Amino acid sequence: MTIAAQGLTWGIPLLRLLAALLLLLAFAMLAQRRLLTLIHLLAWQGVVLAAGTALVALLTGQAELWFSATLTLALKAILIPMVLHRLLRRLQVRGDVEAVLNIPVTLLAGIALVIFAFSLAAPISALTGTVTRGMVGIALAAVLLAFLMMITRHKAISQVVGFLAIDNGLFFAATSATLGMPMVVELGVALDALIGFVILGIFFFQMRETFDSMDLRHLERIREE
Amino acid sequence: MISCLPLDLAIGALLLWLGLGLSGFLLGGWPTLARRLIFPLSSVVALLLTIAGFTALTATPDNLLLRGPLPALPWSFQTDPLSGYFLILLGSLAFAVSLFSTGYFQSLPGLRLRRLLLQYHGFLLGMGLVLLANNVFTFLVAWEIMALTSYFLVVTEHEEADNRRAGFLYLLIAHLGALAILLGFVVLAGAAMAQGGPFSALLHASLSPFWASTAFLLTFFGFGAKAGLLPLHLWLPEAHPAAPAPVSALMSGAMLQMAFYGLLRVDFLCLDALAPWWGPLVLVAGLATALFGVLFAAIQTDMKRLLAYSSIENMGLILVAFGLALIFRTHGLNALAALALAAALYHALNHAFFKGLLFLGSGSVLHGTGSVAMDRLGGLIRQMPQTAFFMLLGTLAIAGLPPLNGFVSEWLLLQAFLLSPALPQSTLSAVLPLAASGVVLAVALAAYAMVKFYGITFLGQPRGARHAHEAGRWERAAMLLLSIACVFLGLFPDLLLRLLYPVLEEMLGQGLTAQPGWWWLTPISAQRASYSPVLFFLGMAATLGLSFFMIWRFFGRPLRQVAIWACGFPVRTPAMQDSPLGFAQPLLRIFAPLYPTERVEDADSRWRLRVGDPVYRGLYQPLNRIAFWLSAQVLRLQRGRITLYLLYSFLTLLILLAIWR
Repeated sequence: MTIAAQGLTWGIPLLRLLAALLLLLAFAMLAQRRLLTLIHLLAWQGVVLAAGTALVALLTGQAELWFSATLTLALKAILIPMVLHRLLRRLQVRGDVEAVLNIPVTLLAGIALVIFAFSLAAPISALTGTVTRGMVGIALAAVLLAFLMMITRHKAISQVVGFLAIDNGLFFAATSATLGMPMVVELGVALDALIGFVILGIFFFQMRETFDSMDLRHLERIREE
Repeated sequence: MISCLPLDLAIGALLLWLGLGLSGFLLGGWPTLARRLIFPLSSVVALLLTIAGFTALTATPDNLLLRGPLPALPWSFQTDPLSGYFLILLGSLAFAVSLFSTGYFQSLPGLRLRRLLLQYHGFLLGMGLVLLANNVFTFLVAWEIMALTSYFLVVTEHEEADNRRAGFLYLLIAHLGALAILLGFVVLAGAAMAQGGPFSALLHASLSPFWASTAFLLTFFGFGAKAGLLPLHLWLPEAHPAAPAPVSALMSGAMLQMAFYGLLRVDFLCLDALAPWWGPLVLVAGLATALFGVLFAAIQTDMKRLLAYSSIENMGLILVAFGLALIFRTHGLNALAALALAAALYHALNHAFFKGLLFLGSGSVLHGTGSVAMDRLGGLIRQMPQTAFFMLLGTLAIAGLPPLNGFVSEWLLLQAFLLSPALPQSTLSAVLPLAASGVVLAVALAAYAMVKFYGITFLGQPRGARHAHEAGRWERAAMLLLSIACVFLGLFPDLLLRLLYPVLEEMLGQGLTAQPGWWWLTPISAQRASYSPVLFFLGMAATLGLSFFMIWRFFGRPLRQVAIWACGFPVRTPAMQDSPLGFAQPLLRIFAPLYPTERVEDADSRWRLRVGDPVYRGLYQPLNRIAFWLSAQVLRLQRGRITLYLLYSFLTLLILLAIWR
């Protein structure tokens, strides 16, 4: 894709800003103890993602990216956080998230991950040219941070949030680094995330019925000796 | 079409067997009809297969290609003298066994009978297909059919936990073996780029010595597992007693020989670039197996277990002969290799007949008395005179006494050993006589075990089971046929060697040299050694008759009647006779380190001696412990915590990313 001449002046820095915001939000999620705020952060990540897609659409002039941006906004910034919100109320989960590691250690590990991600992405960025340099690294870092969040939490809902955040990171990598994927791939990824979300939702209700709690540690009991 | 007659006939016979199995399954609602109809027909089909085998010996090799399930993998069949010889073995044994089954399975309930009919014929079909298979794919499919159907036959009486355990053990080792065979074929066929091609294409595989040896070791392991080679023999003494007698007869007589056939087909015909250490390896493994088998046969107290261990011994002898043939061929002495191979093939056929006979006879004993535990039997010669006579012939044959067939093959094997000084390598020719003495020891101990087998069961006084009845007509007919075969092969060995001529010619390019006449057996030259069973038999009969007459004439009167085997002392109770384990006491003392014995107190607070298997304790139990320990270590990974599992995948991801960056 080619970028219109006027876009170079302000478009690319704005895209970089959005990428930075995405990474910042990922860190915020890693540091956040409260489930409700976690969901809000996820919604904000969705908004940033939609804005990024819209920006790329504006810069490259691809009509279908507008469609993609709208879909992202509707799905990731509004619908899924709303459903999660309702889920939280229906399941009456207590607000606090209990972390396996304490927050500062987790954040330090997160910084290490970001450095690792950037060093990994360096050869790829060198290939992609000046425009999207750093984007791949940021997106990869967002994915790894979300993964780290899944590992360090006990509550089942934060696992879902982590899963969706991983999806966000991948999506951002795709749109920003390549300036827009084919629509089919995008729809496929979105569908995957949606189905995973539905399955996990069913799983929550099952789990609540069995253990009367959302704490994953209860699952230890059902392993085979 | 005349030229491809044997193959058509053989495939037709196998299809008929399949049809009989299926119709037997359908006819299961009328058990008597199914049994009386299917089994005799199955015998007729077996006869057809035998005829096919005979024609295949002289006809030109022939093959048939059918479209398989995948485009590159056709079904491929062939007949040549080698498979023809084994078809004769399978067909003639199946002929007698099916006749026997007609009477033997009369008390089997209908549902079980229909399953048995299906599995029995599937088993026969599988063995036949193994012999006809001409490519790797067909061979492996046939091999698995054989293994699976025989597993189901072993667990026919699956209510007893022991039988299920035996079946599982058998299935496990069969699969290990099949896996090794598969890998061996992968090595061979990969080199020849011929997965679907005929076996002859494997011959032209240009293998490096390392890969050739790998293929050899893998296939030797795999076929050895089926043949009951030493560390893998474990399933044999469990599975044979668990199966019904006709099935044991087939498994021991025919299925074990399928392993030998596989060795001949793959390791002898397909791997022609021999490494010099293969032959000695096979020979040593065979010798160890033979000695082990016979030492444990002698101490068994269950008829069928004893026979099973004796099968291990006989397979060991066959492998010794095979190893000797490999050694001779490596050094280019093809005439001697032909002699050793003839001994192996001859013994394979002999074993099929006398072991089949003995297993069938023990089945009759089981039906007649309700038990095959030797410490409950005794004196059956009076209640089952005909069975006892046939069993006597069988035991004499397996003990290797002239003029019966067991002697001939063992004599041929020893002749081959005696010619080993012709080998150019001095170490081998110095060591081989030692191996020969080992063979002689095994043969002598086999005679000891068989004296025990016959003496305890048929002579003396009944030990527990009192009411025995003679076997039925079908059973006796089958045993009669096998006895005749044993006597015939013993008296006219030259005829069989003539049959073997094309087989040896195919395998070595040279048969045994022509014989002067049918009554003399002269393997190499008349100056060295020759043997005439008929003359021997006549001389022996004359001497025996004469001395019997003399004793009877001069010392026969007055007669004093005492109980038999009492040495003239009045036996007060049957318990005063030698017990099965007591008979083996000398061996238990001499080879004490080999027998892990333990004394256990039974319900009547009597001490009983239980003898375990040293291989099981020395090899399998440690392996078992290691496997359990490893599993316990792996179990530590499984904590049931999702976060931990996520951590595993996260770390994996990071490490992979770090490596493939």
